[in-house]
Amino acid sequence: MSETGIASLRAGLQSAGISDGTPMRYSAFRLFAEALRGHRGWRPAWRDPEPQAEYDTLVIGGGGHGLATAHYLASRYGAQRVAVLEKGWIGGGNVGRNTTIVRSNYLLDGNEPFYEYSLKLWEGLEQDLNYNAMFSQRGILNLYHSDSQRDAYIRRGNAMKLHGADAALVGAEGVRAMYPWLNFDNARFPIQGGLLQRRAGTARHDAVAWGYARAADRRGVDILQNCEVTGLQIEGGRITGVDTARGPIRARKVGVAVAGSSSRVMAMAGLRLPVESHVLQAFVTEGLKPLIDGVVTFGAGHFYVSQSDKGGLVFGGDIDGYNSYAQRGNLPVVEDVIEGGMAIMPAIGRARLLRMWGGVMDMSMDGSPIIDRTPVEGLYFNGGWCYGGFKATPASGMAFAHLLATDEPHPTATAFRLDRFRRGFPIDEKGAGAQPNLH
Amino acid sequence: MIIHHPLLGPRDAQEFTVLGDASLIDRPDGMAEGAPDAFDSYLHLRDNPAGTHRELWYHEAGDRSWLVVTRDTRTHEVMQVELARDVALAAGRGR
Repeated sequence: MSETGIASLRAGLQSAGISDGTPMRYSAFRLFAEALRGHRGWRPAWRDPEPQAEYDTLVIGGGGHGLATAHYLASRYGAQRVAVLEKGWIGGGNVGRNTTIVRSNYLLDGNEPFYEYSLKLWEGLEQDLNYNAMFSQRGILNLYHSDSQRDAYIRRGNAMKLHGADAALVGAEGVRAMYPWLNFDNARFPIQGGLLQRRAGTARHDAVAWGYARAADRRGVDILQNCEVTGLQIEGGRITGVDTARGPIRARKVGVAVAGSSSRVMAMAGLRLPVESHVLQAFVTEGLKPLIDGVVTFGAGHFYVSQSDKGGLVFGGDIDGYNSYAQRGNLPVVEDVIEGGMAIMPAIGRARLLRMWGGVMDMSMDGSPIIDRTPVEGLYFNGGWCYGGFKATPASGMAFAHLLATDEPHPTATAFRLDRFRRGFPIDEKGAGAQPNLH
Repeated sequence: MIIHHPLLGPRDAQEFTVLGDASLIDRPDGMAEGAPDAFDSYLHLRDNPAGTHRELWYHEAGDRSWLVVTRDTRTHEVMQVELARDVALAAGRGR
């Protein structure tokens, strides 16, 4: 198709209200046109600028949370002169390693309003970013296997509804209609039903990072890749800038969003965190025909599974349980996860594993995150996401941007304080105590 | 991972559970000045290094001894295994 043909088509789409007036970069027609000219017309979706000597606000960490923070700082709080510092390439950490599940099925007051706010942001995310994040509200079903677990899920569902989330209890027959191939009559863990959140789902994790990056870049945020922070400049208890692999950069405010490596970065400010780094493994099988149209979790062991749009079964389970920065785990946990899978869906035994990998989690002392100021003036911390950071990406970015811009916690994130353990106000969904590898 | 137990020789890591940083041996004195701060730090804050880490492992499916395992958190290499009892006694505990 000729350039004029594309232009007239674009005009037609705009007059039909399909496009918002910004050039439609990605479309089937564009792909077709590029195929005819050897794909030489694609351009980078964001700039690769040189670092400036000074910014108003630096965000350390070019993952989902850091990029979301930069986007909301620029778009909602009018911040100018913002830069995101990334050690490697953006989206190369946990936002590219998770199992893509988005949900807001929490119990406690400190958590549920925040995660429900996040889910609402997810629902408008693609329009906000003008980017296809493949957000798919396919529902999550948490199975229960005993009367007491059913009662706990009823309580959880009610707590969710009180905060504006959706929840429905589904009996065994309802679950059987959804997923007839589950192992209902397991002698030890018979499936009695499940707690269903229909608005939960999955999203294309890489696209979330890319969408935020492009949106932030368009508002003037400098995304500085290969720019590892090697030191924090602190004078008289106040942050004045950072040292990086690409030279020193001055800044009035610095936000750290590097979950997985939080302790390493904050140690540069002399701070010890209520966090241990642990490895969590994830798995994907070869592509299969459509089998699971939602997300299913096992209630009696640690196993959850969904199916990607490419057909692979994406599943995972528990953390390995020892401190690790290795981004790979060990075989005993692989066996444990697969046993959980075999217990509820024996059919998974016929699928071949395609890939498995590990990501490094900030495991906090109560299993809940931290978004707060620090004892160093101008230095702000966002971390402790445990294995639940992906779903929180939009609200985490918004809450961190709010904190950076206003010095006050976001209304949905007032409980995520750094000193809550000392004050005796943990947000402990599991009630496991200050033992990070049990959350 | 293989844990070279000082008494039992090489054992599979699966036989163990992990408690965490070996500094948990050094429980503060609850009657001392500044005990609330000391306990906050002891219970909640961790060095969490990327590199050499000393940590407490419990041989739950074995002889039920507590071990201090020195391990590299970047490679999972186990460098040293001691009985936690010996470590605590050497530090002057249990007198």
